[in-house]
Amino acid sequence: MPETGSSVLQVQNLKTVFATRAGDIHAVNSVSFDLRPGELLGVVGESGSGKSVTMMSLIGLLPSPPAEVRAGSVQFGGNDLLKMSQRKLQELRGRDIGFVFQDPMTSLNPVFTVGFQIMEPLRKHMGMDKARARQRAVELLELVGIPDAARRLGDFPHQFSGGMRQRVMIAIALACDPKVLIADEPTTALDVTIQAQILELVKDLRQKLGMAIIWITHDLGVIAGIADRVMVMYGGQVAEYGPVREVFANPAHPYTRALMTTVPSVRGERAPKLNVIEGQPPMLSQHPTACPFRARCAHAFGRCSRENPPRYTVAEGHDSACFWDHQTGEARNG
Amino acid sequence: MAEQRKLVEVRDLKMYFPINTGILRRHTGDVKAVDGVSFDIYEGETLGIVGESGCGKSTCGRAVLRLYDITAGTIKIDGVEIGAKGQSALRKMRPTMQMVFQDPQACLNPRMTVAAIIGEPLDEHTDWSKAKKLERIYELMDAVGLNRSFANRYPHAFSGGQRQRIGIARALALNPKFIICDEPIAALDVSIQAQVVNLLEDLQDSLGLTYMFISHDLSMVRHIADRVAVMYLGKIVELAPRDALYATPRHPYTEALLSAVPDPDPKVEARVQRIILKGDVPSPSNPPKGCNFSTRCPKVMDICRQIDPEYRELAPGHFTACHLYNDAGETGAPRYECNQQGEDA
Repeated sequence: MPETGSSVLQVQNLKTVFATRAGDIHAVNSVSFDLRPGELLGVVGESGSGKSVTMMSLIGLLPSPPAEVRAGSVQFGGNDLLKMSQRKLQELRGRDIGFVFQDPMTSLNPVFTVGFQIMEPLRKHMGMDKARARQRAVELLELVGIPDAARRLGDFPHQFSGGMRQRVMIAIALACDPKVLIADEPTTALDVTIQAQILELVKDLRQKLGMAIIWITHDLGVIAGIADRVMVMYGGQVAEYGPVREVFANPAHPYTRALMTTVPSVRGERAPKLNVIEGQPPMLSQHPTACPFRARCAHAFGRCSRENPPRYTVAEGHDSACFWDHQTGEARNG
Repeated sequence: MAEQRKLVEVRDLKMYFPINTGILRRHTGDVKAVDGVSFDIYEGETLGIVGESGCGKSTCGRAVLRLYDITAGTIKIDGVEIGAKGQSALRKMRPTMQMVFQDPQACLNPRMTVAAIIGEPLDEHTDWSKAKKLERIYELMDAVGLNRSFANRYPHAFSGGQRQRIGIARALALNPKFIICDEPIAALDVSIQAQVVNLLEDLQDSLGLTYMFISHDLSMVRHIADRVAVMYLGKIVELAPRDALYATPRHPYTEALLSAVPDPDPKVEARVQRIILKGDVPSPSNPPKGCNFSTRCPKVMDICRQIDPEYRELAPGHFTACHLYNDAGETGAPRYECNQQGEDA
């Protein structure tokens, strides 16, 4: 379990449910993690594993109804975000917590200039006047590597390419020097060469600005390159959580282990046959009473279908929600 | 490897889309989506086509199947020239060449049952009895790993991976020789991607299929393809056997593309020397003068901005279009170690 103390963001037992006509969907189940100042936490998982929903519930971005945060607490700067009023949250979003969305095409407003959209949070949260906001906007665009920044402020989003638009999104998120930046699959819609540009940019910005970042992705390669710690999610729960090198060198959860062998690489040995995780991800129609991965797991045994495994510590700061012990290859006691 | 039959021969294929502007819709320019592409595909192999979005790889695939009326060039499939054929004559050829589409959500008619979708090619191209068709449909469903009892369900009842299996079964219905897979796994989750790729490989082994596998995922192409072509702005910049291409890329774009792929191993990742390309892909309606890659190339020379490099064979089977290799050895151009047997350029 994450310890209290020097963390900027601390999430305990977060539980989010969507009430749909077909019944409840338990998208996030008892997720706990913490974020330390200046670190980059990578969150990996397949679509539907609850990674985006978790981060959006943190800062109240989910429409309610249908979404409902049923339990948990989110400690940020001495306050519980889940108990905050909408108005307070609005002040916080954009100022203390920046968010970069997946698709840079749909998350920028097509009828306002890029300059207006960057200046908006500056004027609203920082109380800057137009001239100062404009000056800051130029600085921001230069920071994220957009050439000829002063002139491009007057351009509309459609005049930018995909990679440039994502840079604009990052500039908006960084506008008010947030303490935490949440990036939801920011490079998934981009080409690899552009993705490499953005990843370099983020590494560079972290050194300059020192904020904490949560980076959501389904690409293990991206995580390996930039993250300090990694959280693997499956079926709305945290499957494994730990320092990135430790998790990649010593994956403990069968899902993480399987995931790593299904991904081919462009370097090193080429496997003659790809490993496969058989079956489909689970339907999250009820509160979990068993391990969500059991149907696809090579090590599943009786207890996996009776109890939902808690997170066992396997090494310093590294835990895995599994009854199977990867070190001994046998079931855990207790 | 030496004596293989060429199933597909494409020479100097061009596919331009006209730009019409003004009230009179005058023809003022062209989007050169595919601009002079030549390659062969041997029987039973997989040719991978990789490139960034907008480089013309999907257009190239569709043009090879003559889903478009091509601007110029010749396409020979199974010995028959189809580059200039009319659509009705092409229709007779369709059973030998099929396509698996990118988006399994959009390429299946939501109002048709699975059996009707898989059986549609049979309705169009055979005069079989209903019972015989149904038998074939069941056979196909077995082949792609779909439960027979799902035959009367509609596409919405299936997950992305299963829908892609339906698309593959439909493509296989008429026993084709050649299948173009246009980003078949792009819309799927990682754990499902491997299932579909393994299925495609198993089918290739059992049915002797020839694939043209279009993808932007370099690591998956490395897994499935025998030879790989890299496209940039409508042209093939490099075409080589898989191992040669990934071990010793010749073209600066291929190098940069490979170095940009993140590696799922932090130890490897820390050692990788990234080549970060500056800027974006130029517009295909207004490509730069000289080499298409000259605007972003880290090794650009004066000649690159003037003359478009020739597409030449550097080593047996290893083609590239780059001025660095014009007179290899004399210009002081970087030389790469070759690990392929007999591949001394």
